[in-house]
Amino acid sequence: MTDTLKPDLAETGAVEETEPPRPHAEPQGSATFRVWRGDRSGGRFVDYRTAVSPGMVVLDAVHQIQAEQANDLAVRWNCKAGKCGSCSAEVNGQPKLMCMTRLSELPLDQPVTVEPMRSFPPIKDLVTDVSWNFRVKTRIAPFTPRPPDAPDGTWRIAQSDVDRVQEFRKCIECFLCQDVCHVLRDHHLHEEFIGPRFLVYVAALEMHPLDTGDRVEALRRAHGIGYCNITKCCTKVCPEHITITDNAIIPLKERVVDQFFDPLGKLLKVFSRREQP
Amino acid sequence: MADVPHPLTRRRFGATMRRDAWWLQPALVFVLLSSFIVYATWAAFQGAHYTFGPYLSPFYSPELFGSSPHAWFGPKPAWWPRWLVFSPALLILPFPGLFRVTCYYYRGAYYKAFWADPPACSVGEPRARYRGEASFPLIVQNIHRYFLYIALFFLVVLLSDVWKALWFFDSATGRATFGIGVGTLVLAVNVVLLGGYTLGCHSMRHVIGGYLDRLSGRPVRRRLYACSSCLNRAHMRWAWCSLFSVAFADLYIRLCSMGVWTDWRIL
Ligand code: SF4
Ligand code: SF4
Ligand code: FES
Repeated sequence: MTDTLKPDLAETGAVEETEPPRPHAEPQGSATFRVWRGDRSGGRFVDYRTAVSPGMVVLDAVHQIQAEQANDLAVRWNCKAGKCGSCSAEVNGQPKLMCMTRLSELPLDQPVTVEPMRSFPPIKDLVTDVSWNFRVKTRIAPFTPRPPDAPDGTWRIAQSDVDRVQEFRKCIECFLCQDVCHVLRDHHLHEEFIGPRFLVYVAALEMHPLDTGDRVEALRRAHGIGYCNITKCCTKVCPEHITITDNAIIPLKERVVDQFFDPLGKLLKVFSRREQP
Repeated sequence: MADVPHPLTRRRFGATMRRDAWWLQPALVFVLLSSFIVYATWAAFQGAHYTFGPYLSPFYSPELFGSSPHAWFGPKPAWWPRWLVFSPALLILPFPGLFRVTCYYYRGAYYKAFWADPPACSVGEPRARYRGEASFPLIVQNIHRYFLYIALFFLVVLLSDVWKALWFFDSATGRATFGIGVGTLVLAVNVVLLGGYTLGCHSMRHVIGGYLDRLSGRPVRRRLYACSSCLNRAHMRWAWCSLFSVAFADLYIRLCSMGVWTDWRIL
């Protein structure tokens, strides 16, 4: 299966449509999986050796271990197609969707570590409590369209104007970007910073051609966009290949600059024709 | 609002389950950026060997005051403090320097390589305290676009330097004649790379059209935004290539002027 995007959703040229890397041969024989077992009070890694075969992904191996050796192993999953965003975990230290991580991408001569996401509290084994994310979402000003363009209550938008936000709408809320972001992962600034996933969400609203809401002040203060130091770790892990940092976060940072840090630009706008953003 | 109910644990510095050579990229960035800073600082303080024939080193352009024929306003000004070595580069080099320091790409890269914040993605950090770019001092990075405006001016100046590098003084006739030397090409390639870097800057992309939600019905802006976005996609590559080219252009002119290298005439 190829890891390609629907052409209508891909911003032309913005997304590199590549086959997943396969540096290793298709798996044969058996391999060891070092799985984190535990709950909120703590846990440890447990090694399981299990049979592997060509085409297998990490989630297959975890399911096999669950079926054959550890019936009480907790793992969250749904679609097995990289579209539900449930099976997020860390494989060999890298935030990944387990269902999209082929064993042929991994060196099987060493144990494969599988652990829960580290930015969220563990519930049991590979399952974490991601409910913080849902609470964050409620704090973001919702979509506020301008009055309808036509008497029948509909709007007219140019395709080229919505193209920009289409990319952001591919998000499957796997929260891998939240997991890898050091502001949450290492500094635990969950109170101050909404994280890359929700900066993508704000970008989708803020740059929407119909939206009239203004989230710029909130971005700076309540949403803490200044905490992001553009390390691009979020972009690297996104399974939907959303260019999180370059296309969502930095343009939002620039909008914050417009409002708070660019006196000259503000002055110019007073004298020029007021442009409709 | 106690949003995260459970205290998460912090990993110690360098702790990670990653198996790859995660330290390689930040180490490379560290070595390359440090080498550039050392060379550029040394070259800027030399105040000599920055011209050769019609060529002017990009570290010294525009030469506001100086002893070469490229100087805009004549020789070293009288008000220059006596205790400070004079070099034309010292007057101008901070501007392109600060353009790079505040560049979104370099920021992400040097926060990792020089400050280990984080050392690499999903690798433990040395410090628990973190303020990012939310407050002083790093909040100052937000003035990047002002350095962009200065960099655009420098770009025009460097372009005119390429034009000047096409005219060689002929001592036999006493006139400048058209020609192309290897140095002309070095300066021209440098301007192209600097152009790709500067015009694809994130702030450029924003001020040229990115601040608008609707670009339909504005064909010129749309085009400009598309061009800047296209360059922006390879911003990292432009950043590195132009960094090398600008240092190499200085080195080339320096070594030619010192008589170590010969500048071959192509035309
Ligand atoms: S680029 Fe910003 S949001 Fe993304 S991982 Fe880095 S600090 Fe977090
Ligand atoms: S932006 Fe990407 S990595 Fe983040 S939650 Fe959405 S799909 Fe997952
Ligand atoms: S963001 Fe890199 S130069 Fe502006």
